[in-house]
Amino acid sequence: MTIDKGDSPIEFRLDPSSGVPTYLQLVQQVEHALRLGYLKPGDQLPKVRDVVAALTINPNTVLKAYKELEIKGLAAGRPGQGTFVQATLSQITLPELGGLRRSMLGWLTEANETGLDEDGIVALFTSVLRDFFKGRQGARGQGGTGRGPVGGNETEGVA
Amino acid sequence: MNVIETTGLGKCYGKAWALRDFTLAVPEGSLAALVGPNGAGKSTLMNMAVGLTVPTAGTVTVLGGMATGSPAALDDIAFMAQDAPVYKNLSVADMLHLTRNLNRRFDSSAAASRLADLGIPLKKKTGKLSGGQQAQVALTMALARRPRLLILDEPLSALDPLARQDFMATVMTAMTDDGVSVVLSSHALAELERVADYLVVLGGGELRLAGEVDDLLAEHQVLTGPAADADRLAGQFSAVQVKRAGAQAHLLVSDGGPDRAVPPGWESHPVGLEELVLAYLRPAGGGARPAGGGMSSAVLPGSRTELTEVSK
Repeated sequence: MTIDKGDSPIEFRLDPSSGVPTYLQLVQQVEHALRLGYLKPGDQLPKVRDVVAALTINPNTVLKAYKELEIKGLAAGRPGQGTFVQATLSQITLPELGGLRRSMLGWLTEANETGLDEDGIVALFTSVLRDFFKGRQGARGQGGTGRGPVGGNETEGVA
Repeated sequence: MNVIETTGLGKCYGKAWALRDFTLAVPEGSLAALVGPNGAGKSTLMNMAVGLTVPTAGTVTVLGGMATGSPAALDDIAFMAQDAPVYKNLSVADMLHLTRNLNRRFDSSAAASRLADLGIPLKKKTGKLSGGQQAQVALTMALARRPRLLILDEPLSALDPLARQDFMATVMTAMTDDGVSVVLSSHALAELERVADYLVVLGGGELRLAGEVDDLLAEHQVLTGPAADADRLAGQFSAVQVKRAGAQAHLLVSDGGPDRAVPPGWESHPVGLEELVLAYLRPAGGGARPAGGGMSSAVLPGSRTELTEVSK
């Protein structure tokens, strides 16, 4: 069965072993695509019917994911046409992203040479990341950094 | 609106209750999965909703209060019994012809174009088709009746993985395009996670659990920690299932949720649909298997060869 991909720049896939609810996987994949620049404001999200046929999932799951994206202010439905991206999540420019990527590669090389394997690096990174944001949240006295809806102009420093 | 609503529903075959004190409301627009071991009462429930079986106790209504088996209800419900029920000696074209004449409402052109899309030859006898194609023919007949509620009794059990996916894709597309509500029974727990948004767990003729799948998954979690602490924790949370070894214990709790604080020394894990269903069928204490063994004959043998519920 061939699948009409419609006009959307992205296509969803599901990871059944992730333990993440299906609708949340769709939401996260849109957010991920927004962060990495695969999706821009004005782009169309895959049509509900196409997602349903391609992934064999319940249409209500897709509708729930798109509703969630609307609540977050990231997408908006246009009657009779589909759902379109409204805001972006990319918080920094591509060159900045490249610079951060290079410095991280340097750190990874160092960690690897010191003797940490991939799992060790992931564990260390996750733990430091958590502590870092916990500390910052406490210092600022506000919760929910980086999780709320991101409009076009508001930028939170990441690095 | 609820597509199936039961209150204190019961069915007794001889001395054995196939279904007992069963109260349920399946919301419109969902795909509700009925799961449970053989003899749990799934087919009995479906047959009563369709109007093929008369309840011994309690009430059941469909599609917002319609009496089961009434002409209006029969027009709006399509039922596909187990084992892809088609007349094996008839050609696909004759099946179409027959079903059209047995029903008050039948969309012949939609059925013909769906069969063409699937590449199913009209001249071939249905008995010569593959299992997956037979199931698709039966499903096509059911959908051509333009039902508001589609009831499928173990439609996937005889199909290979590709045929299962194609079959469910057709069902899901009908939900998307026509807003059909679906109730289906299945043993393929892993596959249900993607397609079902409402879950009904039956065991031994009783309702064990019912609700929106996302809500159920969000409310439940598995806590893993030291076995010495397990009893204290099982009292604190409401534990559905406790699995304990010498040092470590896993508690599947029903009032967890992501916001509830996890006790120090314990880890929280999300729970999958399959794990959740099995926990409710084998609840806390272990060994408490649903007493369904004696009721496995509760399936009506006569109902198996019916294609869809035919009026009158």
